[in-house]
Amino acid sequence: MKRSFTVVIMLAASLALSVSLAVAETIKVGAILAVTGPASFLGGPEARTLEMLAEELNAKGGINGNKIELVIKDSGGNPEKAISFAKQLIEEEKVFAIIGPSTSGETLKIKQICEAGKTILLSCAAAEQIVEPVAKYVFKTPQKDSHVVHAIFENMKSAKISKVAVLASNTGFGQAGKGQIEKQAPEYGIRVLATEVYDSKATDLSAIVAKLAANKEIQAVINWSVEPAQAIVLKNIRQAGWNVPIYQSHGFGNIKYVQAAGAAAEGVIFPAGRLLIADKLADKHPQKAVLTSYTKNYEAKFKEEVSTFGGHGYDAFKILCRGIEVAGTNREKVRDAIENLKGFVGTAGVFNFSPTDHNGLGTDSVTMLTVKGGNFVEYKK
Amino acid sequence: MTLELFSQYLLAGVTYGIIYAIVGIGFNIIYNTTGIINFAQGEFVMLGGMTAISLTQWLPLPLAIGAAVVVVMLIGALVEILFIRWLDRPSVLRMIIITIGISILIREAALHIWGDGVRSLPYFAGNEITTIQVLGARVSPQVLWVIGVCAVMVLALSLFFKYTLQGKKMQACAANRMAATLCGISTKNMVTLSFMLSAGIGALAGCVMSPITYTQYDIGTGLAIKGFTVAILGGLGSSMAAVTAGLLLGLIEAFSVSVVPLAFQDAIAITLLLAILFFRPHGLFGSKDAAGLKEF
Repeated sequence: MKRSFTVVIMLAASLALSVSLAVAETIKVGAILAVTGPASFLGGPEARTLEMLAEELNAKGGINGNKIELVIKDSGGNPEKAISFAKQLIEEEKVFAIIGPSTSGETLKIKQICEAGKTILLSCAAAEQIVEPVAKYVFKTPQKDSHVVHAIFENMKSAKISKVAVLASNTGFGQAGKGQIEKQAPEYGIRVLATEVYDSKATDLSAIVAKLAANKEIQAVINWSVEPAQAIVLKNIRQAGWNVPIYQSHGFGNIKYVQAAGAAAEGVIFPAGRLLIADKLADKHPQKAVLTSYTKNYEAKFKEEVSTFGGHGYDAFKILCRGIEVAGTNREKVRDAIENLKGFVGTAGVFNFSPTDHNGLGTDSVTMLTVKGGNFVEYKK
Repeated sequence: MTLELFSQYLLAGVTYGIIYAIVGIGFNIIYNTTGIINFAQGEFVMLGGMTAISLTQWLPLPLAIGAAVVVVMLIGALVEILFIRWLDRPSVLRMIIITIGISILIREAALHIWGDGVRSLPYFAGNEITTIQVLGARVSPQVLWVIGVCAVMVLALSLFFKYTLQGKKMQACAANRMAATLCGISTKNMVTLSFMLSAGIGALAGCVMSPITYTQYDIGTGLAIKGFTVAILGGLGSSMAAVTAGLLLGLIEAFSVSVVPLAFQDAIAITLLLAILFFRPHGLFGSKDAAGLKEF
């Protein structure tokens, strides 16, 4: 009697198991992020955001019953590692899509690999070349460099600044930004009087600051980097008693750098998405709800301030989920769905993808911020 | 070049140089007693800064720095006891590989303890934008702190080696380990002591420079390369030589930006290192004969 009872239980259990298998499948999503290494302030928040979102989603029962399984690989910001992880994820793990990499250099290295492997790539990196020329399977969530530079130059025009010095770090991000600045400057009637590139691990830049400060024609400094050097350069400029307006890239969107630069960060102007000023947005702003809920959940879970970089991971994950929600679990159909996604509200802005635009963000996704009393606030003249 | 610009470069060079020198001195102490280069020296600097930053939550700044130095000295001793002490006459190459391994270990541990963020101690005087005028140029008071601490350290070290029994014992080990053992000196204890000493010096350096350079879990590698360059440049083994070489390298780097783009700054340091290794392997101030007697 007892034995047959066990058999029945086992049968029932296996039946239940096979039923659930038939209805729902687990979707494997790969992520290549710089969780450690020099770009860890990008990859760290991105990885934490993805883990949080996947946990939330699976607790709610997944997308139409399909659970998401995350496979996060730590590239350390190293393009060579990114390449081997991309191959591994596509060929061995056979993932549905890949989120990341965190940096532009890595993304550009694996763009063709994902294209050849017909695997959707949702990059969290900024460089323009990721989506230009458009690759069928490659998308990206952060604002384009060109939009960011556009926002800076518009701001300079209204402040009547026409002669600038450019400082950039010797990374993919720094070089891409420097290239955009040099390309767009003539259109706005802005002259770049000096361009200097420093090592991403620089610990003091007072010598180069002295050289630039001696040129009295320079009206403003633009610094393009994502490393601690962007805080060091602020201190060095202010310590030299040089009171020029300082513009930073969107890489400054992490409150830790403001804290690191302390009093020297006051008044720095930089372009960013609206995530950093979520609590100060008007209630009717289309992004308000998304931004405040992400900020609240992230800060409650990880006890650290939210940064725009985690937001790029958030957008990538949510866009993929929307694609699966609309088109099911067929990869080609999901790709088509993402390509035709319109009016999707994310942390970076409102995404309107099209076959010719795999970024989907407009110039209005960038706003100018400044630092006041150690906090990010919207820049107002 | 105006006088103001000249002195601004000069002070920038001194700032760079003194930071390199202070790391270079740490290399020298361990080299003096063991004849090896401790590639984990940069990690001691990082640990000092990180520990002090954590301790400032509970302790006032001077106490936090003092406690951090003690903690890192203990870590230095622990590293020696765990990884170096039990080796029976290890080869130079093996020791180098071991210290590189230790540096990776410490770095990864720091990543797990403190995370990837940038931290720094508060400025000892004033804040991020406070400056004082020197020779018509402006300089952060923190630079003076670094210079002062470095000067006191060099002085204290030379007094220690010259006038204390422990110092003399350490020097004896460096000169001839066999003879020192025969005289009843425990060479193993002296090696532990040298690790503690250099860890402590590294930690103190990490604390005073933290407001200028910031502290991050992976800052050690970059500092170690520059410190190593300086130690080799001056001639391994002498603290004064390291300071002179550090200042020299810093000044060359600072003045180089006036003629070549900033991007070449590091190339200059490395070129200098290579040139020294080719033409004066015993360093600028080292003695050729003494270098010839050493294994490495």
